[in-house]
Amino acid sequence: MELSNSLGLVLPELILSLSGLVMLLFAAWGGDRLSSAISIACCVALGAAFALVAPSVCAGASGPDTIAFFGQFRADAYAGMAKLMIYAASGAALIVAPRYFERLGEMRAEYPVLVLFAALGMSIMVSASDLLTLYIGLELNSLSAYVLASFLRTNEKSAEAGLKYFVLGALASGILLFGMSLTYGFTGGTSFAAIQAAAAAGEMSTGMLFGLIFVLAGLAFKISAVPFHMWTPDVYEGAPTPVTAFFASAPKVAAVVLLGRVAVEAFGTQADAWRQVVIFAALASIVVGALGAIGQQNLKRLLAYSSINNVGFLLIGLAAATQAGLAAMLVYLAIYVVMTIGSFAALLLLRDAEGNQLETFADIAGLSTTRPALAWCLLLIMFSLAGIPPLMGFWGKLVVFWAAVEANLLALAVLGMAASVIGAFYYLKFVKVMFFDEAADRVKGEADTANWALLAICAVLISPIGYLLTGWLVSIANTAAGSLPLAG
Amino acid sequence: MGGFPILSAMLLVPLAGAIACLFSEAKTARVIALAATLIDLALGIVLWMNFDVGGAQWQFTERAALFAGFDYALGIDGIALMLIMLSVFLMPVCIGASWTSITKRVGEYMAAFLLMEVLMIGVFAAQDILLFYIFFEAGLIPMYLIIGIWGGDNRIYASYKFFLYTLLGSVVMLIAMLWMVIEAGTSSVPALMVYDFPPEAQTWLWLAFFASFAVKMPMWPVHTWLPDAHVQAPTAGSVILAGVLLKLGGYGMIRFSLPMFPEASAQFMWLVLGLSMVAVVVTSLIALVQHDMKKLIAYSSVAHMGIVTAGLFAFNTQGLEGAMVMMLSHGLVSGALFLCVGVIYDRLHTREISRYGGLAINMPAYATIFLFFTMASIGLPGTSGFVAEFLSLAGVYQISSWAAFVCTTGIILGAAYMLYLYRRVAFGAQVNEDAAAMPDLSTREYLLLVPIALAALWMGVYPESFLAPMRQDIAVLDARLSRAAPESDAHFMMGEGTPAAEAHAEGGGH
Repeated sequence: MELSNSLGLVLPELILSLSGLVMLLFAAWGGDRLSSAISIACCVALGAAFALVAPSVCAGASGPDTIAFFGQFRADAYAGMAKLMIYAASGAALIVAPRYFERLGEMRAEYPVLVLFAALGMSIMVSASDLLTLYIGLELNSLSAYVLASFLRTNEKSAEAGLKYFVLGALASGILLFGMSLTYGFTGGTSFAAIQAAAAAGEMSTGMLFGLIFVLAGLAFKISAVPFHMWTPDVYEGAPTPVTAFFASAPKVAAVVLLGRVAVEAFGTQADAWRQVVIFAALASIVVGALGAIGQQNLKRLLAYSSINNVGFLLIGLAAATQAGLAAMLVYLAIYVVMTIGSFAALLLLRDAEGNQLETFADIAGLSTTRPALAWCLLLIMFSLAGIPPLMGFWGKLVVFWAAVEANLLALAVLGMAASVIGAFYYLKFVKVMFFDEAADRVKGEADTANWALLAICAVLISPIGYLLTGWLVSIANTAAGSLPLAG
Repeated sequence: MGGFPILSAMLLVPLAGAIACLFSEAKTARVIALAATLIDLALGIVLWMNFDVGGAQWQFTERAALFAGFDYALGIDGIALMLIMLSVFLMPVCIGASWTSITKRVGEYMAAFLLMEVLMIGVFAAQDILLFYIFFEAGLIPMYLIIGIWGGDNRIYASYKFFLYTLLGSVVMLIAMLWMVIEAGTSSVPALMVYDFPPEAQTWLWLAFFASFAVKMPMWPVHTWLPDAHVQAPTAGSVILAGVLLKLGGYGMIRFSLPMFPEASAQFMWLVLGLSMVAVVVTSLIALVQHDMKKLIAYSSVAHMGIVTAGLFAFNTQGLEGAMVMMLSHGLVSGALFLCVGVIYDRLHTREISRYGGLAINMPAYATIFLFFTMASIGLPGTSGFVAEFLSLAGVYQISSWAAFVCTTGIILGAAYMLYLYRRVAFGAQVNEDAAAMPDLSTREYLLLVPIALAALWMGVYPESFLAPMRQDIAVLDARLSRAAPESDAHFMMGEGTPAAEAHAEGGGH
């Protein structure tokens, strides 16, 4: 009975892993000519998982019914909402990829399978209610990601990105494991419920504090929060653009949501112990992400800094350490995913006459006169990332700061908001280059329907029209955050 | 008006126009933009005709819970009505002013202006504090594009400065707004206007709002973005910037700072009066030495806005009414002055004052109209400027005779720089041949300038038309402020007849 219940709860993950394995066999025997069929099949698998998760999110699944495998796994609405974002972002990464890889002759059947396994890993991560499940999910995701980063085998930059990601990722995993072992040693359990009970029992011991800090550091690496962000620009620049789009969206969601769960569920009673760490990481990420981006000429590097910057705002929601803060974080994540996918979809449309990808500011000079539609979409995305109303990016910031003000973190809110102005500077540079400068007229590539459709959807969602969805988004995020078994 | 959502209609018309312009040819875009602004003007007139003077404080209210966290709530009082009228009145003029001078990317240009109109009306009509913020900040985007794409040589610097300066000013205001919404449990502006925030919280809330509005206003010493933005912006951009965007700061103070934080306003009265005094004198002196016409008028705007802020913080009806009339009058007059500069700029493509001279000889009609607006800017009786300056300074005098004294010197300095400008441009010998060969006003230019002149004259001769809708709202505000109003230094003695003998004995020596 218990087993069948558990299997029912992990059905989306089962679908993903089984279809991943089947696709792997197809890829092994069918070869690369099957790659587009496998891509489509993987999209279908992600869609099926999405459809399975959606009802539980809407119903606000919570409580003991959502626990599977004796507390190892928790399929509540909080995880569900993250899974929806992860599946959608992974699907987008599959949609934009074929065109990019085909031109380089590198469209291999492993790509969709690896994305699928990464999605599975993330899905396990966000549902983890035990440090071990957490680690399994995290590593499954990371190992797929390392391979994806170096997917262009013959490209030096891609190989470098993969290697860098792997070395630093392994280091972070080590830190995380060390933190987990300390936590286990000082709390006597690996499940979040046990940690919560031990942490609530009294003063936090130094050992537990160390464990907590190391776990946070390991996870901070995964979300590329300052001071663990150094790998991000290099990996984002070197990895193939569709992979970068994937890295910037889905794993961010998974790691941030996981961090939220660890911080608020496992260590929720000791919020004061980790809040200052999160606040520091938030402000440092906002400032470093903004300052680092200013001198960049490469658009992918710039977007890497932009993602660091955005993580800072996400962490402000977490720093509130309240249900409202987590809900705000989820809302911001949803908007962030849409903006990220949109910006990379736009980036992928920048091709010259031979179909080479263009990635620098000089290439998009005067884009508004040669490719007005693309330029206007990018303008919307950039102003949205800068948090200028009436675009959705503003609303994301609004809810996050709302939660922070509600939690009486006024100084954090004021500093974070003021630092966001620094970020506005380089987002404005995008607009300046595209709209004010003389046309370079290098973007010549023919339109790609799938990419365009994705960009158009993202642009509509972050335009003021998206505000009509806010009521729905907030209610979902609130139920999701409400499904967490908060301490106290 | 029944249930017709006229304010939403006024937002929708230019919005639809903007979208249509984006996909249109140059010629069609101009026509669409003009039609949309004229329809909005007509709707504005309907709005004014149906506004019940002395009726409910908030009229034409609409409310729809479309969004999470805040409502789509619109509604106006007399103050908002007047500023909306100013916006819809100036917009067709802006479109007309760009009719021939803008030749590249006309569709996008018109779209940006129509979007500006949507946002400006939205700011004045918003009844939800967060909706207000959205409209308030969103105005940065089209203005950034207008300056950056169609501006002068140094447009990129100016557009960045404009954007970042004003953005930095207003971000802290958002945090203050969030705090207020959480504290008061509502985001509705009318409810917040009567909510009493604890005085100690008011201090920092007031400062947060002030940071934003002082930059928008702009007040000395955070005015430096304005001359750059004005000089680089195209003519119509300057008109809308001076005409309406500068009023957002004053509107913000009268709508938020004063009624929501009366104690803090009283506490900071001297800060505002001090900055206003400095602004009036210093920027007037700076204006006196300018060689660039647009810069000169930009600095004069800062000086006039100084009188607005002084009037607002005079804590009495005259001061508030004067500040409001000053905003309306300055919107018309400085807008028209920028148009006047635009008229000759279109012919000679320079803003250098010394490149002109003796224009009264070859452009008599232009010189006459320019003279009228010069006088209106100085505050000649019979023009709107006089009513504005007289009322606000009378208000300031009641609270502080020194502040009134210093601000009044601004009128003299104003006369100095405006007349000096006029002398150099219109009088004297025709030293420059190309300037001497310029043709007089065209029909289009008449159509732009004459309506503004008539409006300024109307406001000068019969200001009651404009004051009547606002009177009740200002009285309400004055009543709310009265509990915190600082003591005046003038000590008026009204209506107490002292026996003549006693007066002789005590104060005969006066």
